[in-house]
Amino acid sequence: MNGDQAMRAHSSGLPAPEFANPAWVTPVPLRQATVAIVTSAAIHTTDDERFGGGDTSYRFVGRERRDLVMGHWSPNFDHAGFAIDINVVFPIDRLEELAADGVIGAVAPRHVSFAGNQPDDVATVRLDSGPAAAAALKADGVDVVILTPV
Amino acid sequence: MSVLAHVFEAAGIATLVLSSVRAMVEKVAPPRALHCEFPLGRPLGKPADAEFQHDVLTRLFELLDAPSGPVLVDHPAVIEAVDEPLACSLPPRFDPSLPAAVDEARGLRKAYDRAVARRGVTAVGRVATADEVPDMLAKLDAIAQGAAWKEADLPKNLNGLGHDIRGYYAEAALELATGPAADGRAMEAWFHEETEAGRTLLAARAAMKDQGAPFPLWFYLAPGNR
Repeated sequence: MNGDQAMRAHSSGLPAPEFANPAWVTPVPLRQATVAIVTSAAIHTTDDERFGGGDTSYRFVGRERRDLVMGHWSPNFDHAGFAIDINVVFPIDRLEELAADGVIGAVAPRHVSFAGNQPDDVATVRLDSGPAAAAALKADGVDVVILTPV
Repeated sequence: MSVLAHVFEAAGIATLVLSSVRAMVEKVAPPRALHCEFPLGRPLGKPADAEFQHDVLTRLFELLDAPSGPVLVDHPAVIEAVDEPLACSLPPRFDPSLPAAVDEARGLRKAYDRAVARRGVTAVGRVATADEVPDMLAKLDAIAQGAAWKEADLPKNLNGLGHDIRGYYAEAALELATGPAADGRAMEAWFHEETEAGRTLLAARAAMKDQGAPFPLWFYLAPGNR
C-alpha cells in the first residue's frame, strides 16, 4: 500500500457529520456567475499569518496574489505539485482564463483558505469560521465556489 | 471540504467539491462533487498542464446543470501516485569532516536560492530558516548516532522542522531535476530514499521512538507510511 492508498484508507474511516436537511442553491447561469475558490490546503500569502496546528480559522487570498505558500501541517500528501504550479491546488489562473473567454461571469475579488487538518467534530468550521467566510464571499457577490482539498 | 460545501450552500452560494476521498464524500454528501482519483495534494491532477486542469473544471462546472442533488460524478481519468524517486542528482561530497547530510544540505544551497529567486516564495521557515537547515540536520544526525533527543536543543515543533527540511530539499530539487515534472510521490521517495537528509531524518525519528519520545514529536517528522 503506497502513501496515498494508506491516507485514503485512513481518511475513509474518519467520523463524518450528517446534514439532515442539506441546502440546495439553484445557481445563476455560469456565464453570469462570480466564482471563488475555497481550499483546505492552508494556503496563505507571504505577508499573512501562518496556520497553526489544528487551526480552525481562515485566510483570504486576493485575486491578484500569486505569492502563495502551502502551510498545511500534514506530511502525508505531496507538496511538490503546488511548488511546481499553484493551479494544481488553487486554479486561479484557470478561472481568469475562463472569465476572459466568457465561460464564467467573473473571478471573485478574494478567495478563502482553511487548514484541512481540523478537529474530528469540525464544529468550528461548521458553526463559526465557515459561516463567517461564506457570509464574506456572499457579500462580495460570489455565486459559485469551487472547493479544493489536498 | 464536503462539510464546508454544506455551510456555503446554506449561505446561498452554489458549491462544487473536488473530491479526493470518495468514501468521505459519500458519507457527507455535499450538493455537487466530482471525485478525482488523483495523487493527494493535486486536486486538479497535473501541475503545469492547463489543458488537463481545464478539463477538470469543465466537468466540475457541468454539475451545476443538475436539477437536484446530491450529485457525485467520477472524473474518468485515474492518476496513480508514483513511488519511483525523482530523477535528481545530488552534490558530491565536499567536506568529509561533516555529517553527510550537513555537507549535502550545504551543497544544495545555491539550487535552493535559485528556486526562491525564480518563484519569489519559499515554504521553508515554519520553525527553521534555510540558513538553519544544515545545523538542524547536524542535531538530527547526532540523535541518529545515539545522542539523547532531549539534549539535542531541537525546536519544539518537529513537525514544522520536518516540513522545513523537506521543503528546502524539494525546492532545490525542482531546480536540479531532469525529465518530466515530479509525479505524485516522487519527491517524497527521492527525499527519503536517495538523500542523506531524508535517511537522517528517518534514523533520528527511529532513535527518538526507541528513546521513548512522545509519539507526536517523532511520528510527524515524516510521512506516516515511512
